[in-house]
Amino acid sequence: MLLLQLFFSFIQVGLFSVGGGYAAIPLIQNQIVDIHGLMTLEEFTDLITIAEMTPGPISINSATFVGMRLAGIPGVILCTFGCILPAFVICSLLAYFYYKYRKLGAVQTILASLRPAVVALIASAGLSILLLALFQADKHNLQINDFHIVEAVLFVGALFILRKYKASAITIIFGTGVVGTLAYLVIPGLS
Amino acid sequence: MNQSENKQTEKKQNILHILWQLFTATFTLSAFTFGGGFVIASLMKRKFSDELGWFSEEEMLDITAIAQSSPGPIPINASVIIGYRMYGITGSLVAVLGTALPPMIIISVISVFYNQFRSNRIIAIALQVMRAGVAAVIFDVVLNLAKNVCKTKRILYIGLMIAAFAAVWFFDLSAMIIIFACLFIGIMDAVIDTIKIREKNMD
Repeated sequence: MLLLQLFFSFIQVGLFSVGGGYAAIPLIQNQIVDIHGLMTLEEFTDLITIAEMTPGPISINSATFVGMRLAGIPGVILCTFGCILPAFVICSLLAYFYYKYRKLGAVQTILASLRPAVVALIASAGLSILLLALFQADKHNLQINDFHIVEAVLFVGALFILRKYKASAITIIFGTGVVGTLAYLVIPGLS
Repeated sequence: MNQSENKQTEKKQNILHILWQLFTATFTLSAFTFGGGFVIASLMKRKFSDELGWFSEEEMLDITAIAQSSPGPIPINASVIIGYRMYGITGSLVAVLGTALPPMIIISVISVFYNQFRSNRIIAIALQVMRAGVAAVIFDVVLNLAKNVCKTKRILYIGLMIAAFAAVWFFDLSAMIIIFACLFIGIMDAVIDTIKIREKNMD
């Protein structure tokens, strides 16, 4: 019964979270904490911290965490499946229409105006992450004293390597992780 | 007979190879992607357009716009469309599996060792410094993309890019609103185009 309830809760989360992971958080809170009382608010806050700290989409992370805590591996599978199912159906349909009609002149013109916006949105996401890396804060809570020199050096170095040598993204991300962690552990007085 | 059989097995192997590449690509991207949907969009652009050459940069941007505007996690949405493009619904299933598995595995393990994980200093440092690398990757992608928008030399597109950035960064408008506004502008642009062509034909 719990499994079924989780499954249907996460179908609703998947269906109504338009616009990425952060849109899903209040929905999950509503389903899990407010309506069904399956977790306390404190547990839920921890869950969000972990979901943000670890790789992967936030809503999948949350679904997995809730599922594991409440019903083990079957819970993980059902929560994640529920979260993905609406996206799968809707996006398959959209993909079908996109590939059917994208060669049309009018559709081309319309899509061409969307692309600059997507570039801007990616740029904004990148800038947010950079601020998080350099100041450990978002743009509203910036404090110049919090400036992290190690992360700044890593960012400039990584960007240089990417532009100059076309290194793979995974190598760069993993590389900064290793070099940065060593720097913090070896150089005293940094953190 | 024999030849066509050979061709068939070759085709089958080719498809399996593509599906396998699709799975490993989505799996590694998902395993290393911190942050929201647009982060994975820039990584997918690097992987699928630049490295594998499966589709053009424009197509990847279209996919990102569609993924952003439909409900559900953006990386999952993008995987569904990319998979569909490569091999229909089977491709979608493979790509979604690749994207969903890493977080499922990672979080399942972490939720068991949750308290140790949260208080471990080295993990906290590593996760923090990796953001610098992620930011560098996104900046690299954005520089290339913005350059190509400028290369169109159309004031409408360059203006839209600047306006969209200002709207999201300074005015905190949601991505959804921006995409729908640009969709509207695009439709107007297409309508004006058709009217112009019609007038030309009349002359």
